[in-house]
Amino acid sequence: MSKPNREKLKNDINSVPTDVQPAAITLDGAVVTFSEGETIYDVAHRHGIDIPTLCYDPRLDAFGGCRLCIVELEGTRNPVASCTTKAAPGMDVRTATGEIEKHRKVLLEMVASENRELDVNPLRGYASQELTALVERYEARTGRFNGKRSGASNTVDENPFILRDYDLCISCYRCVRVCAEQEGDYAISVMNRGFDTQITTEFNGILKDSACTFCGQCVQTCPTGALADKKALRAVNLPGEIEKTRTICPYCGVGCSVDMLTKKDRLIGIHPAMDGPANQGALCVKGQFAFDFVQHPDRLSTPLVRGGDGQLRGASWDEALDRAADGFRAVREKYGRHSIYGVASGRAPNEAAYLMQKFIRAGFGTNYIDNCSRA
Amino acid sequence: MSNPLIDMEKPDVIFCIGTNMTECHPVAATRLKKAVARGAKLIVADPRRIGLVGLSNLYLPIRVGSDVALLLAMAHVIAREGLIDLEFISNRTTDSEDFLEHVRAFPPEWAETITGVPARDIEVAALWYGMADKAAIYYTLGITEHICGVDNVQSLCNLALMTGNIGREGTGINPMRGQNNIQGAGDSGALPNNYPGFQSVTDPANQAKFNRLYGADIDLEKGVTKVTALDLCGEQIRAMLIDGENTLLSDPNRAHCEHALRSLDHLVVIDIFLTDTAQLADVVLPAAAWGETEGVCTNTERRVQRVRAGVPPPGKAMPDWWIVAQIAKRLGFQGFAFGSAEEIFNELCSASPLYAGIDWDRIDEGAYQWPVPHEGHPGTPMLHEDKFENGRGIFTRIYYRDPAETIDNDFPVWLTTGRRLASYHTRTQTGRSQGIDYLLSEEALEVNPNDVQAWGLMDGGWCQMTSARGTVKIRVKATQRSPRGTVFASFSFSDVPVNILTGSGYDPVTHTAELKVCPVRIDPAEEQMPASH
Ligand code: SF4
Ligand code: SF4
Ligand code: FES
Repeated sequence: MSKPNREKLKNDINSVPTDVQPAAITLDGAVVTFSEGETIYDVAHRHGIDIPTLCYDPRLDAFGGCRLCIVELEGTRNPVASCTTKAAPGMDVRTATGEIEKHRKVLLEMVASENRELDVNPLRGYASQELTALVERYEARTGRFNGKRSGASNTVDENPFILRDYDLCISCYRCVRVCAEQEGDYAISVMNRGFDTQITTEFNGILKDSACTFCGQCVQTCPTGALADKKALRAVNLPGEIEKTRTICPYCGVGCSVDMLTKKDRLIGIHPAMDGPANQGALCVKGQFAFDFVQHPDRLSTPLVRGGDGQLRGASWDEALDRAADGFRAVREKYGRHSIYGVASGRAPNEAAYLMQKFIRAGFGTNYIDNCSRA
Repeated sequence: MSNPLIDMEKPDVIFCIGTNMTECHPVAATRLKKAVARGAKLIVADPRRIGLVGLSNLYLPIRVGSDVALLLAMAHVIAREGLIDLEFISNRTTDSEDFLEHVRAFPPEWAETITGVPARDIEVAALWYGMADKAAIYYTLGITEHICGVDNVQSLCNLALMTGNIGREGTGINPMRGQNNIQGAGDSGALPNNYPGFQSVTDPANQAKFNRLYGADIDLEKGVTKVTALDLCGEQIRAMLIDGENTLLSDPNRAHCEHALRSLDHLVVIDIFLTDTAQLADVVLPAAAWGETEGVCTNTERRVQRVRAGVPPPGKAMPDWWIVAQIAKRLGFQGFAFGSAEEIFNELCSASPLYAGIDWDRIDEGAYQWPVPHEGHPGTPMLHEDKFENGRGIFTRIYYRDPAETIDNDFPVWLTTGRRLASYHTRTQTGRSQGIDYLLSEEALEVNPNDVQAWGLMDGGWCQMTSARGTVKIRVKATQRSPRGTVFASFSFSDVPVNILTGSGYDPVTHTAELKVCPVRIDPAEEQMPASH
């Protein structure tokens, strides 16, 4: 995949002002500057060098567990993890020597052979393809499952949101860390070590009995699909490609950015938008999982008018709109324009509220309009 | 909010009052948790032991509806200890002398008798807030849903003004909006007193502008609020157009509300479901829902963001804007020939000084927070940085008032209402999402375990709750979240219409209903009694 971006590196070198001496390191032979606190990984990433990672999530404190991001550092005997090593002036770093790449391949082969399944469905979660993609990149598919694995799937937890398929767990602890650092919930933790490592809750129980709020953040950061979105997985067998549409969550006023997942005309799931300006990847249970209302069978799909028998019955748009307009016209004629009132929605977009107030103001010449914020 | 959401990680002291943030704004709460983890001090004032209390350094368990007393006493301590920001007061505010004199009469000992919070703790809260370099206030409906909602907000402003905690990073007065586009609905002019962009309808310049823009004469007086309109139904008000609001369940005093809507000659409801309210309508028009319509929403930090369609609406459903425009056209109204949401949004931008510098294309990535006064302006993440909109910050003399109804022998228990994490408003949306029932399948009244015992109730059993307006049956849940003498329920479930009970009074200025305070009586009810409807 992406090799160090030489063109970009050259530009960066050229853009360094000559009269000051900013802190710089040598990265794959090119001198690049860095700012205080940046890790080698950060600097490399900024310069378009794609160092592979597994336990890394840019929103979380670096953990240094998987060792996939190792780089060679001139003057040290062993390679260092680039995600935890801070850049220091004068460092000479090589990110992809033959030695390093070989080491990565071996690491990935080991991880891959511990997993029951590599080709997990992308509906499992936002990051669920990360391990698979790296195994492809490093041609590390061994085709054998050595039987040993860290973690065993939880078959007891029947919560409707999160599949806990720990057979696929590689002990990167991203789930535990996102829950603690990002969500502040500390609902899950790690039991045992080595091949016995198991992600679990307090007292080894089901999520509902833990501090879990079902925000789904652990699902979306898991790089193997060991934690998976049960609601999205309902659509595994639906035909069609998965498509994403960027929008804003329909619930509270925080305005989290999300990607709607669709297949053909079906809404099948939600991903948090990692670059959402208000949420930066965070979501809550409502935004993550409460989307079925959209395509629910109870949805109104045709206009209704009240018939002579007092019952609501289906009608064409023409009939219903005529009825709606005629009613307002009759009331205005009989009681005057101050007898008509409009209530706009706090859920519909601005265009709806704007037209509601224009309807009342431009149409009836009054300010008899409000929205539901008082409720 | 005066400050952007990312600012939530930055204060030294955070004062949360009347906000159940971990349940109602969980994503915002994650930011706050980070601030606390970083060492910020968190003060929580709330009648109930809500989730935030567990994170707090200081908890002030105030009696429902006593916020003003607490805030006056905090101002008293800040003034007494000389923690006021003299420079800020003299450069940026007016009427400070009068206010500082006023608060001398309200020491923490006085507030203790009203709020039930030990004077010592009020003292500590005031010292923390007053001494912080950066102190921020967060609140939601626990502040506004009172007959003194405006007084509560003013009291918070007084605190921020006297300590200069506004207009800087990590400070501010930050109400969190409950619905995804409640901010946008106000921005767009769906208010009886303001044109789009909060331009007052009583200002002659604005009147001239909108007469010209709309080619129509518009009243020179404010309209009435929705609450007043409901009161006038069947008399002055004869027809309503309601867009997507389940008024019957969400508004206080349901019986009154239902009677009001039934007495209309003509009711048209636009919604995505046949809600209880829609069932009363003469005409129900099916709207495209979230995920099916293009548009723009504005979040609680005034960020203007695009919503997009990913799936088609069911059957004949159409976007709300299209429906309103069609009715308008049939009435012969001019200026409704819109072909897209984009055209409407751009007209809104041209009519609103707050949106003057943005348009449909420019907000594509959600990079702007209003005001954006002209093209090329970067937007305004933080309000009041150099000056207040109206020149100077004004201190207001506030007096404590009792809630509209207070407990007595007939109704000896405080009921307070709110929302829960896994449900949202009247559950027309969350109630129809698979799995949500797993977390929250029915409403239950939260009662302190000692009260459960004292009142002869059973945890998990049923009780009958009565106010001056009605009775509901509801399951009992014993929990330490409720203090003794105060119970809590949400209004989310239609089989437990808690808003039959509420509605004792309204804020005289905003007409926001006092949903947070309602004296009730609680009696045991038989097991397996079906919930009343
Ligand atoms: S469940 Fe997923 S995220 Fe958690 S440790 Fe295992 S592989 Fe990592
Ligand atoms: S869903 Fe959220 S709260 Fe629950 S374990 Fe995952 S990250 Fe933690
Ligand atoms: S990504 Fe650096 S050690 Fe895992």
